[in-house]
Amino acid sequence: MPSGTTLFEKVWSDHVVVPETAETPAVLYIDLHLIHEVTTPQAFNLLRAQGLKARRPDLTLATMDHSTPTTPVSSFRDLAVVSAGAADQIRRMEENCKEFGIDLLGFDSEFRGIVHVIGPELGATQPGKTIVCGDSHTSTHGAFGALAFGIGTTEVGHVLATQCLLQRKPKTLAIDVSGTLPPGVVSKDLILAIIGEIGVDGGTGHVIEYRGSGIAALDMEARMTVCNMSIEAGARAGMIAPDDKTIAYLDGRPRSPKGADWDAAVSRWQHLKSDPEAQFDRTMAIDADELQPMITFGTNPGMVVGINDPVPDNSADPSFRKALDYMQVSTGKPLTDTRVDIVFVGSCTNSRLSDLQQAADVLRGRKIAKGVRMLVVPGSQQIKKDAEKLGLDRIFAAAGAEWRESGCSMCLGMNGDTVGNGQLSVSTSNRNFEGRQGIGARTVLASPMTAAASALSGRVADPRPYLR
Amino acid sequence: MQPITHFQSRTVVLPTKDIDTDQIIPARFLTTTTREGLGQALFHDLRFAADGSMIDDFVLNTPEADGCEILVAGKNLGCGSSREHAPWALLDYGFRAVISTEIADIFRNNSLKNGLIPIVVDAATHEFLLRNPGIKLDIDVRTATLTLPDGGIVQFPIDGFARYCLVEGIDQLGYLRQQMDEILKFEETRSWTP
Repeated sequence: MPSGTTLFEKVWSDHVVVPETAETPAVLYIDLHLIHEVTTPQAFNLLRAQGLKARRPDLTLATMDHSTPTTPVSSFRDLAVVSAGAADQIRRMEENCKEFGIDLLGFDSEFRGIVHVIGPELGATQPGKTIVCGDSHTSTHGAFGALAFGIGTTEVGHVLATQCLLQRKPKTLAIDVSGTLPPGVVSKDLILAIIGEIGVDGGTGHVIEYRGSGIAALDMEARMTVCNMSIEAGARAGMIAPDDKTIAYLDGRPRSPKGADWDAAVSRWQHLKSDPEAQFDRTMAIDADELQPMITFGTNPGMVVGINDPVPDNSADPSFRKALDYMQVSTGKPLTDTRVDIVFVGSCTNSRLSDLQQAADVLRGRKIAKGVRMLVVPGSQQIKKDAEKLGLDRIFAAAGAEWRESGCSMCLGMNGDTVGNGQLSVSTSNRNFEGRQGIGARTVLASPMTAAASALSGRVADPRPYLR
Repeated sequence: MQPITHFQSRTVVLPTKDIDTDQIIPARFLTTTTREGLGQALFHDLRFAADGSMIDDFVLNTPEADGCEILVAGKNLGCGSSREHAPWALLDYGFRAVISTEIADIFRNNSLKNGLIPIVVDAATHEFLLRNPGIKLDIDVRTATLTLPDGGIVQFPIDGFARYCLVEGIDQLGYLRQQMDEILKFEETRSWTP
C-alpha cells in the first residue's frame, strides 16, 4: 500500500528533472522566476562574463521595489534623491532586462509593485508552480499552493541560465490551525503567535503546510500574510492547499490561464492537497479562537507577546538581555504604555487592499496622535489605484498619515524611508531586527489594525477598543 | 572557483544568538551592483556608532581579532534575508568559515556557493569554542573535520555534493548546465506548461 503524499511532495515531485542521490542534489525545475533590482545585478554580470543567455525569459518577471522611492517619480533625476547607488541599481535593472529580453514592470508600468504582491495580483502566481526569487519572502506565494522559496544571487544566476536549481528535498512540518480568529485579531497575529511558539529557527530545514479550519476561513490576502512570514520561523517555504477561494482569486487575472487552459488548470489544482494519510516529519497545532492581537517586544520575530500581556523575563539569556536593552523595554509589564514615534503600514506582509482597509477602518474620522508620523505604502500601483477608488487615501490623509507610491519602503529602509535612531516604530512589516528600519530603529511588529490604533493613541495600543 | 581543501586559523567569537543577515550587512549597503568590497560594511552597525566612530569593545574591533578567519557565533546564524551580500561581506573581510550549532538555510546555501564553510557543531563543542576565543582550529573540508588544539577531532555535516564542488573548485552552474539534455527532455514531456 503506498502511503499518502503531502502537498509539498506533490509539487516537488512534479518538478524533479533529475532525482537526488546520496552524491548529488535534485535538479528542480522552476516555473516562475521573479527578479528585482537588488539581488540580480551580480547574477547578470555572471551571465555576461560566461556568455550565457537568460534561458526562459518567458518564465521570468521583473520589477523594481526595494530601492525605489515612494514619492512620485517622473524622471531619473528624482531617483538620485534617494542615493546615487540606488539610482544606479535601478538603471542597471532596466539595462539588464532589456539586454536579456525580460519583461520589466518598471516606473512606466501601472503594474509595478512589491514583487510578492504583484506575482499574485497578476495571476502569475498559481497553484502547483515552483516559484523562486532572490528574496526570502518568496514564501508568500505558497498561499496559492505553490512551492515558493527565496534564493541567493548565485542561484538567481543558475535559474536565469538553466531555469533549474540544485536542491536537497526539505522536511515537512504541518501546522494545524483550529477555530476562527476573533474580531480584531487577524492573520498577522496568527503568524506572530506561531513564530512565538516554534521560534525563529523552529522551521529551519522544513516546508510548512498551514491547514485546518482557521486557515480555510482566511481570504487569500490573509493567507499570503501567513505564508510570507514562514521564513521568520526559518522555514524554506510555507504552503496552503488551493481551494475555491484560491481559484476565485485567480479567475480573470492578466496572467491566469484562459479558456480551455483555465479549465485544465483548475482540474489540476483541485488535486493539490495532502492526502489524508500523508505523513509529515513534524506537526504542531494552534487554536485560533484563543488568540489576541500580538506584537513583538524584542529584536527578532519570535519575541512575541499578546498586546496586553507583560513582556516575559528570560534575562538569564544574554541574547535576550541584549535585545531588551536595544529595544529599551522592561520585563514584567505590557508594551501598551510605550510611546510611538513612527507607524508604518506596508511591506510584502501587509500592504494589500484588505490590510489598508483594516487600517483605514480604525482611522476613519479620527486623527493620529501629535508627534506620530504615519506612513501608508501600498504594495503595488494597482492597490494604490484600488484604494484611492475606495477613498482610503483620503481617510489616511484626513487622519494625518502620509500616502505613498508602492514599494518596500520602510520595511528595510533602503530607499530613504527610514526610522530615526532610537525612535520606536509600530510596523506591519516582517522583521524587527536591530537596525532593519534604520540605524538604531526600534521596531514593534503588529497587524495593520494594531498599527493604526497605535498611531491614534501615540502609544502601543490594542486595536479592539477602536473597532466599530 | 579556487579549490578549498584545508586551512588553519584562530577563532573570533560572537556569542549572540539569531544573528540575522541584516546585522551581518545592513540593507543600506545593498545598493551595489557588484560583489566586491563589501567587507567594509560587515557588521557595520556593530562595529561603528551612528556618528561613524569605531565601537572599540566590539569583538571585531579588538586587536585579538586581527587575522582570525573563523567566526564562532551563537545559534541560528544567518537567519532572515536571503541577501548573498552576507557571505560576500564575510569573505571580503577575511573570514573563511563560520561555526554555530545551527545555521539558517538560505545563508548556508549562499555560503557554500561562495567558498565560506558553514560548520554546524554539537552543543558541547560549541560551548567549548564560545569559552575559548582565539584558539587555533584546523579545518579540513576533504574529511569534513575540525581539529581542536588538543588534537580532538570533530566531524561536521556538509552536503557531499557541495563538499565535492568546494574541494575540486567546481562551479555548480557548470554542473547544472551539463544536465541540459535532461532539462530539455523535462520541458518537452511534462504534462502541463507554466
